[in-house]
Amino acid sequence: MLGSGLIKGLAQTAKNFFGSYHDPARMVTVEYPEQKRVVPEASRTIPFLVYDGEDPELGLRCTACKICEVECPTQCIYIVKNTSKKPDHVGKMQFHPATFDIDISVCMGCGICAEVCPFDSIKMDQVFELSTADRFESLLLHKQQLAKPNSYFGKIHPTEAGEIDIRREQDKRKAEAKAKADAEAKARAAAEVQNAAANSAAPPPSPQTVTPA
Amino acid sequence: MTKLDQIFVSTKHWLVGLAPEMLQSLASILLSIIPIMAVFGGCFAVTTILERKGLGRIQNRFGPNRVGPFGFLQPMADGIKMLTKEDIVPFQSDKVMHFLAPIVLTVPIWLAFSVLPFGRNMVAVDFNAGILFFFAAGAASELAVFMAGWASQNKYSLMGAMRAMAQMISYEVPLVLSAIPVIMIAGSLSLPQIVEAQAGYGAGWFPQWHVFTPWGLAGFGLFLVAATAESNRSPFDLPEGESELIAGFLTEYSGFKYALFFLGEYLGLFAISGLAVTLFLGGWHAPLPILEWLPSWFWFFVKFASLIAAFIWVRGTMPRLRMDQLLNLSWKFLVPLAVLNLFVTAVWHFSSNWQSFGGLAARWLMCGGLLAAAYVLLGRSLSRGQGTPRKYTYAE
Amino acid sequence: MPSEIAFFTFAGLTLISAIAAMTMRNLVYCGLCSAAAFAGIAAIYLQLSAEFVGFAQFLVYVGAIAILIVFTVLLTRGTDIKPTVAIVSRGWIAGVVIAGLVFASISVPVFMSATLWRTAPPEVAAPVEMIGLELMTRYILPLEAIGLLLTVALIGAVVIAMREKPAESIEPEVTDLEENSTPAPRFDVSSLEVKS
Ligand code: SF4
Ligand code: SF4
Repeated sequence: MLGSGLIKGLAQTAKNFFGSYHDPARMVTVEYPEQKRVVPEASRTIPFLVYDGEDPELGLRCTACKICEVECPTQCIYIVKNTSKKPDHVGKMQFHPATFDIDISVCMGCGICAEVCPFDSIKMDQVFELSTADRFESLLLHKQQLAKPNSYFGKIHPTEAGEIDIRREQDKRKAEAKAKADAEAKARAAAEVQNAAANSAAPPPSPQTVTPA
Repeated sequence: MTKLDQIFVSTKHWLVGLAPEMLQSLASILLSIIPIMAVFGGCFAVTTILERKGLGRIQNRFGPNRVGPFGFLQPMADGIKMLTKEDIVPFQSDKVMHFLAPIVLTVPIWLAFSVLPFGRNMVAVDFNAGILFFFAAGAASELAVFMAGWASQNKYSLMGAMRAMAQMISYEVPLVLSAIPVIMIAGSLSLPQIVEAQAGYGAGWFPQWHVFTPWGLAGFGLFLVAATAESNRSPFDLPEGESELIAGFLTEYSGFKYALFFLGEYLGLFAISGLAVTLFLGGWHAPLPILEWLPSWFWFFVKFASLIAAFIWVRGTMPRLRMDQLLNLSWKFLVPLAVLNLFVTAVWHFSSNWQSFGGLAARWLMCGGLLAAAYVLLGRSLSRGQGTPRKYTYAE
Repeated sequence: MPSEIAFFTFAGLTLISAIAAMTMRNLVYCGLCSAAAFAGIAAIYLQLSAEFVGFAQFLVYVGAIAILIVFTVLLTRGTDIKPTVAIVSRGWIAGVVIAGLVFASISVPVFMSATLWRTAPPEVAAPVEMIGLELMTRYILPLEAIGLLLTVALIGAVVIAMREKPAESIEPEVTDLEENSTPAPRFDVSSLEVKS
């Protein structure tokens, strides 16, 4: 009959009204500045730069390759490459940024920069209390403000950070193993050269013993 | 008891007596206007915060609770915000009408309060045709809404105004039609006399309010639905449907003028609630004889506050109607029912001497049965085809 | 004296609004000015202590008729269409002639009637009850006639509004459309060119 739905609805809202006074579990909101919700792992706001170890300058993963700068749809990243190089986690010499600025008043939090970075350097942050009294200077974040340790990354995105850490560890091991093998091969080759020089009648080295490059 | 009951009336007389001879009539007028404006202005402030808190609770939220103790100073903060905001008048708008619209809306609504009896002997002017005055004063608000919508020179505003006018015209018919039975039974257009007609208690305890009769109950329901629509409140708040019309005819208003519209909307709600109390809920009469020691104005405001609470409750519950549903509800359901209610009232009136037990029962059965049957039948025809699963053409 | 001041104020307001309603170019203004004229007439009724008529005039004319006028203006044509004829034209002259004739045909009986020369009764209050009784007894026939006329107008309006019904039923229903038609063409990615 007409009206039965209305009564059902009114009963429901009345239940909510009185329930909300004695049953805190009903409340869908929290009193924000005093209480805060734990944000879900997948949430994201603005990007930040990951660094390994203690020193934000030395440990910065970014190689100033500028892929993110090019891909950013809003063009809010500004990078200046440093002239000097420093070793990365696998020991290879890489450039690093002299300037790395993100204008977070323009950034729309799309996460594309984090997606395209081949060095796992730029990742999405979860900070959200970003309001400032000044529209321009305080919303342009520099390298110093953007750089955050890997441990922080691990805290906010444990799954992703864990995978990346394992991969980077493997890379590093592989690189070390390769370096060692290279060194051994070099040593062996040197020895063989010496051997050959010592007695030229010896057979040439079998190809299997050479580690593939 | 009478002292407390008449405290406002006697205070006014005392104050008027203090004034010099020449100014006494002026003082009397002022002393009627100022308390009404103060009381209902205060009601406006209190209602906004209570409504927001109530709606919050209905949705399992806290509602505003930051400004002052439990957030009760929120209306003040809102007021300061409204008054200090920039008043933006669109470049292309019709400046004069844009300015006049909020005034044309608010002033007549204040006038409507002057005929409401707030307590025994507490009515500003007792017009012979008081209820007609009330509806006439309300009529100007439609023009104001049109002026606001048209002067803004904005599609959304104009559409909102058209919707508002269509809605107000459609719902004014059932509103007035549902008030007519009361006039028929009370035999007067004067609101204090309508209240008088509801005095006394049947069998010593049963209040003789109009709502406790079959036609009164139906009329009260119809009146409330029409009043909700007339004051543009949810579920009939299409004129400002923010999902499709931004804010309807309010789109181009800001600052103080917006506040005036807001005030006008709430005052309209208060006025029409006061009228509902007067017409159907026995005005300032106490619900039971043993409660008569409480002053009459207290009872008026208790009933008034419960009606406002009911409006807030409904607003927190019902989703907005679609335009065609809105008009269908008025023309295919409320208007026929209201017309039938006129007939039922006539039957009730002419059977008023069936006072034996069987006669009373027959009277109740006949009138109530007619209305209930009409309700079910009309309701069925109105909701035909509704409630079946909806078929979406382009969306999943 | 104050009552005369009030009368001339209201009468002036009514006349000015009425003239404005006839001469203004913007139809919406015309509608609103006529509303003001109606309100002025209501005020004159009230000043004559004809409460019921005054309020009824306000409720019906300002509350309903004026709204209908602006509604019609909005629904039928744009508000800022410039009229093609000048205000003073041959049609205007004809209008004046017709208005004069109508005025004459009303005023002649009015001035001829004996009521005009009778002195007014001292108490002119017309209570609502009296109006109701008179309407239901002495003037019942005119009342019924007006009721019938309005009903005819109402039914006529409904008939006019319903005339488009048959055409509508020929059109296929939306649900049929959905089942038979091919899916709507989607945005074609291949039409995009990558600009280097
Ligand atoms: S953050 Fe990543 S993509 Fe961007 S410049 Fe540094 S290394 Fe390249
Ligand atoms: S999140 Fe998106 S918008 Fe923000 S810096 Fe990264 S790519 Fe640019």
